[in-house]
Amino acid sequence: MQLTDLTMLELARKLASGEVSSVEATRASLERIAQVDPQVRAFLRVDAEGALAAAEASDQRRKAGAPASALDGVPVGLKDLFLTEGVETTAGSRVLEGFVPPFDATVVRLLKEAGLPLVGKLNLDEFAMGSSNESSAYFPTRNPWDLTRTPGGSSGGSAAAVAAREVFGALGTDTGGSIRQPAAFTNTVGLKPTYGRVSRYGVIAYASSLDQPGPMTRTVADAAALLQVLARHDPLDSTSASVETPDYSAALEEGVKGLRLGVPREYFAQGMDEEVEASIRAALREYERMGATLVDVSLPHTQYALATYYLIAPAEASSNLARYDGIRYGQRAKDARGLKELYSLTRERGFGPEVKRRIMLGTYALSAGYYDAYYLRAQKVRTLIREDFLRVFRDVDALLTPASPVAAFKLGEKVDDPLSMYLMDVYTLPCNLAGVPGLSVPCGFTKAGLPVGLQLLGRPFEEALLLRIARAFEREHEHFRRFAPLPAQGA
Amino acid sequence: MALTLEQVRHVASLARLALTPEEEQRFATQLSAVLDAVAQLQSLDVETVEPTSHATLAASLLRQDVARPSLPPEKSLANAPAKVGTSFAVPKIIE
Repeated sequence: MQLTDLTMLELARKLASGEVSSVEATRASLERIAQVDPQVRAFLRVDAEGALAAAEASDQRRKAGAPASALDGVPVGLKDLFLTEGVETTAGSRVLEGFVPPFDATVVRLLKEAGLPLVGKLNLDEFAMGSSNESSAYFPTRNPWDLTRTPGGSSGGSAAAVAAREVFGALGTDTGGSIRQPAAFTNTVGLKPTYGRVSRYGVIAYASSLDQPGPMTRTVADAAALLQVLARHDPLDSTSASVETPDYSAALEEGVKGLRLGVPREYFAQGMDEEVEASIRAALREYERMGATLVDVSLPHTQYALATYYLIAPAEASSNLARYDGIRYGQRAKDARGLKELYSLTRERGFGPEVKRRIMLGTYALSAGYYDAYYLRAQKVRTLIREDFLRVFRDVDALLTPASPVAAFKLGEKVDDPLSMYLMDVYTLPCNLAGVPGLSVPCGFTKAGLPVGLQLLGRPFEEALLLRIARAFEREHEHFRRFAPLPAQGA
Repeated sequence: MALTLEQVRHVASLARLALTPEEEQRFATQLSAVLDAVAQLQSLDVETVEPTSHATLAASLLRQDVARPSLPPEKSLANAPAKVGTSFAVPKIIE
C-alpha cells in the first residue's frame, strides 16, 4: 500500500494519529505526479513550493493540537478555472496565458483556511467548453484507465489526477455535466451541488446560470467531507444560496431501505451503449435488493434539454467572454490598428475553435431578430424541464440514470463533429438547467475495463440524501478499490 | 436553417471576432447544423410559459450600500498588457 493509494479520509485519520505528516503526504503526491503525469498529463502547473509550505503549516497545527478542519493537511488539486492568488490561471486558454490572479476564488480561500495543500492546476477544456479535454489550448489529458482515451470533460484533468492517484481529491466545475461525465469515465465520484450551494466567486465564468463548482474524489465519504468545506453562503456571489450547511457525513451509512427511487424512462433511450446500459440496469436491481422501491417516472421534456442547453449556455458564454478583449489582462494582439481591431485580433488569436463556435452561436441566438425565437424560447423550455423535475420529486426521493451514454471514447474520435460531442452531455445537462444536484458514482466496468458511472439526481439542497444513496451502492461494490492500471509508485 | 457567409461575418463582427475565410466557411456549416438541431424547440407551445433565467434565484438581491475595500490599483493593473500610470492603455481612438 502506497501513501497515495489512501482516500482523503484514510489519510486524514493517519494525519490525526500522527502516523503520517502532511509534508510526507504532499511529497508522495508530488512524486506520484513526477512519475505518472508525463503519461496522463492532468496538470497544467504544479505548485510544489506552495503545497509544501501549506503542508508544513498544517503539520505545525497538528503538533499544536489545533487542526483547521477534518481534512487539514490532505493535498488536493484544482481545475485551472479557479482563481489562485499568485499562481497562473489560464482556463485552458491562450487568451489568459500568463494571467496571475490578484485574489483567490472563495472556494480556494475556504480550502486554504481548512488547511488543504493545493498541489497545482489541472487541465480542462478551454473555458470549460467541451466533453473530452481536447479543446484545451495546451494539450489533451489522457484517461488513466486507457491512455488512448479521453478522461471526459471539461473537468477531465481533475478526474484523471484523482483516478491516477496524483492527488487525494480535486475540485471541478459542472455546467452541463463537466464533473459527472469525467467522473463516470474515470471510476471516481463527482458531485455537482445544487446551483447556489457552492460559491462561484473567483471561478472563471462560462454560463453563469448553470456553472457550479463541486468535489471530485475517489469515494462518496470523501465527497461529503470535501463538500463540507465548500458549502457556504458567500456574500461576494449574489447567486449564492443563503441556506444552512448540514452535516453531510451524518447520515451517510443509513442505507436506502424504504426510499423511492425514480427511473426516468427518457434516460434509457436509443443510442446508449449496450454494456453501459447493462451495468446501469444491474445497479438498479442492486438498489431494489437493498430495499429501495424503483418507480417508473417520466420527464417528458428531456428530449428538448440538449437544444435548450446549446442555446442558453453559448448565449451566456458570449456575454461572459466579452471581457477577454486584451485590455485589462491576458494576451493582446500587438500589431492591431485601432481599438476595434485590437479587440477582434486579440480574440481571434486567443480563443480556440470550440470557444469561437459557442461565442458565435450565442451571439447569433441573442442578436436582434433571433432573440425571441431562440434565447427566450429556450428559457421558456427551461421552465418546463425544471417543472418536470420538481413534479417527479413530489413522488420519489431521487432519480437513478446513466451519467453518459457511452464509456470513455478515443481521443480524436469526436473532435471534428461538434454535434456528436454535444450528445455526450445528453444525460447530465437537464440537471444544470433545472438547478438540482447530481452525482456520479462508479457502478461497474465494460469488458474492455472502462469505468461506468451511475448518475443520481435529487431535490434542491438534498446533497446529503444523494450522498447516502450513492454510499449504499459503494458499500456493496467497492469499485474505488480497483485502481487505474498505471505503474505503481516506486516502480 | 442554413447560415450564409454574410450572416456569419455579421455575427463575427458583433462578437468582435476576426475570422479567417476558412473559419467563416467552417462555422457556416457547423452553426447551420447546430441551428437545425435546436429547431425542434419551435414545435413546443410555450405561449403561456414564464421564462427561467436562473433556476433558484427568485429576485434580485441587494446588499447594504456600505463602502468596503476593493482591489488596490497596483493589483488591478498587475496583469495589464499596457498601462500608463494608474490607467489601462489602449490604442489612440481619436486622431
